[in-house]
Amino acid sequence: MRNWHEFITMGGYARYVWPAYGVVLIVLAASAWSSCNGLRRILFRVRNYPLGGGEQ
Amino acid sequence: MFTWLHKLGSPPLLYRIAGRSTPWFKWTAFLLLAVGLVGGLILAPPDYQQGDGFRIIYVHVPSAILSLAIFVLMAVAGAVGLIWRLRMAHAVAVAAAPLGAAFTFITLITGSLWGKPMWGTYWAWGPRLTSELVLLFLYFGYIAVINAFPNQRSGDRAGAVFAIIAAVDIPIIHYSVYWWTSLHQGASLSFTNSSISSAMLWPLLVMIVAFMLYFFWLLSIRLRTEILRREQRASWVRTPTITGAKDAKLA
Repeated sequence: MRNWHEFITMGGYARYVWPAYGVVLIVLAASAWSSCNGLRRILFRVRNYPLGGGEQ
Repeated sequence: MFTWLHKLGSPPLLYRIAGRSTPWFKWTAFLLLAVGLVGGLILAPPDYQQGDGFRIIYVHVPSAILSLAIFVLMAVAGAVGLIWRLRMAHAVAVAAAPLGAAFTFITLITGSLWGKPMWGTYWAWGPRLTSELVLLFLYFGYIAVINAFPNQRSGDRAGAVFAIIAAVDIPIIHYSVYWWTSLHQGASLSFTNSSISSAMLWPLLVMIVAFMLYFFWLLSIRLRTEILRREQRASWVRTPTITGAKDAKLA
């Protein structure tokens, strides 16, 4: 990349390159959030309902 | 010969290993993602034919490799679970499936966005694209199968058989560009040879490793969730290291 303008416009391919990276960011972030949230929920259940109750 | 495998089949040991490896995978993945993104988006020169549009490969290729590798992992884990009756092998496959579906989705979308400027269309019913789309449905099918049974063991076994049979799609995806006429190009990257210039290649290799580590980070979290879900009535789960503040740091 020679300059910022070239970086932002991606040499005319911005409308394909940036959405591709955007989709990747969203999917990877959503996967991380759902994975962490799942562990948090099961830990809460194990701590508060040690005999296995509390399923929603 | 397989004593290590049976040791790994112990839920508390596997839970501990997954918990300890989580931060290492996470921070190495983020570090390599940063390096790979700078290399791929800024430092790598534009392609002489595809211009800057080729930069989509830095997310497309790592996702495509993972989408295949994760299904192979699920089939192998399913086979191990069936042959050695290791419940934790099934837990690995169950934990990996949604991540495999996510990477397959990324592969299809980024490939489609690359296809428009290069082929003139977002989608063509070529063998590589169609077999990759079938892979996404196979991931959904696997998730549906494991959840279709009221008891865990039946779901695990049915899922394992499904993954082993469905793994036939993996060589079809890989060799489709050689077996049939296709818009999709053949492999530019192999273990022995590469047709990509080194200035473009190193960010791709970094991104492949970064995506793999990102997958292992999320797999370690999902595996701990799956182990706790299956073992929540076991006495080891109620020890302070699991239920106490020490495990509060999740990822």
